[in-house]
Amino acid sequence: MTRIAVVVFPGSNCEYDALSGVESLGADAELVWHSTKDLSGFDGVILPGGFAHGDYLRPGALARFSPVMDAVARFAEEGGAVLGICNGFQVLTEAGLLPGALQKNAGLKFLCHPTTLTVTSTDSVLTAHATLGQELVIPINHFSGAYVCDDETLARLEGSGQIVLRYVDNPNGSRGDIAGLANERGNVVGLMPHPERAMSTLLGSADGRVLLESFVAARVRA
Amino acid sequence: MNFLVVVEVTLRRGIADPEGATIERALPALGFSGVSNVQAGKSFRMNVEAENEDAAIEKATALAERLLSNPVIEDAVARLAEVHAT
Repeated sequence: MTRIAVVVFPGSNCEYDALSGVESLGADAELVWHSTKDLSGFDGVILPGGFAHGDYLRPGALARFSPVMDAVARFAEEGGAVLGICNGFQVLTEAGLLPGALQKNAGLKFLCHPTTLTVTSTDSVLTAHATLGQELVIPINHFSGAYVCDDETLARLEGSGQIVLRYVDNPNGSRGDIAGLANERGNVVGLMPHPERAMSTLLGSADGRVLLESFVAARVRA
Repeated sequence: MNFLVVVEVTLRRGIADPEGATIERALPALGFSGVSNVQAGKSFRMNVEAENEDAAIEKATALAERLLSNPVIEDAVARLAEVHAT
């Protein structure tokens, strides 16, 4: 059975949603405290949403120095599947595991509503089971979700298929309508929308399932 | 020696600054005209123990680049505020 670690920072608040999301897909998931230095035995690691370390300084700025982040970097280097959702995405960019940065939303509003995304690459642990061009309705819930990067980085991301999800109606001013992106190997993915909150049609959408299914099934380690 | 150092962190040129833009748009309504290029940023003050001024600035610049700013989107400048007698 796939074993997934959900990292809990002081201030995380989506860890139970993430836990229950992957558990509902058959994974054996476990919450791990941010002081953990060892992630051996896990097949995947999720950095959940929330406000790690109060988002003081910048979202993710202090979380990237939590002891667990060295282990996450090693885990990623060894080809393990890493997923950063919302605040987790911000932590991954601050840690340099994904390029670019997340800035305050263009309209300076905290945005909390469903968004429609297009799958623009299936070469990642999050989108492998989705189909190219597929539209997914998944909620966002953030203040600092505007993706920024320089021209050179954007061109590289476009060329290499690392942009895995784009907004249909860009809600926050993200460059290139980027909602989610992967590293070059496709084993580290970050996205601002919350797939773990789109697991049931009863609660609005089940479109997050295909993403978390991909993640639970991921066996990258090349 | 103990130096009081101020680090200012601002968004790099070309990075959208919605906070600065919003402040700038609010000014005319309050009767302030002729104010442009408003930039929002952060300021940090700290006491830095170092051999001399240059070493204090160097230490503050290093910590500003490592922690206080995100070099992808922000610039950090450290300057001396005053010297404490120690």
